[in-house]
Amino acid sequence: MEIILFGIARDIVGKSSLDLSSYNEKPHSVGELIHLLNDAYPDFNKLSSLAVAVNGEYASLEAQIGQKDEIAIIPPVSGG
Amino acid sequence: MEKPIIEIVETIDTAQVYDELSDAKSGGICVFIGTVRDFTDNESVISLEFEAYKSMALKEMAKIVDQASAKWPLNKVVIRHAVGLKKVKEPVVIIGVSTAHRDACFTACRYMIDTLKETVPIWKKEMFKNKSVWVSAHP
Repeated sequence: MEIILFGIARDIVGKSSLDLSSYNEKPHSVGELIHLLNDAYPDFNKLSSLAVAVNGEYASLEAQIGQKDEIAIIPPVSGG
Repeated sequence: MEKPIIEIVETIDTAQVYDELSDAKSGGICVFIGTVRDFTDNESVISLEFEAYKSMALKEMAKIVDQASAKWPLNKVVIRHAVGLKKVKEPVVIIGVSTAHRDACFTACRYMIDTLKETVPIWKKEMFKNKSVWVSAHP
């Protein structure tokens, strides 16, 4: 399971994607993924907000995630 | 509404938007151009760097156009954002609409830029002399 990272999320992790295949407890939902990130990289807790996109759409905390999904971390957006 | 122009590009040419929006059924064109400002909180900004989750950003931009065209009778729409390094005064986003009457034109243009700033996955980093900051990242 690979997580795509943008903006400050990439800076926090130090790379543009995060491979979760080596993690023992793989997240099954968006909420579990955010929990995992907050634990592994405490700087995520300091952000104004943190969203997750599954297959290019904003996803709720309850949304299920699997191997085939394209998963991206969306830190606070600042376009325009 | 004619097929909208929805793009993420390296460089915005502000001169082309009039031709893109010009329309026989429209009595007015509204255009908002977002540009790089030289100061934030009294600190001199050297440049801005924009990054996009392009496939999702285009989808979110298309949703904004759909929402706006459901609310107001739009004839033509352009929504275009730039990515990469932008210097002071350079254009970074352009939103334009043409409509029969001006009220819908102003309102729809305003709605589209305001919503873009809230929902479209694009990020900007402000480059100062001695530091750089992801805008809005922290409370």
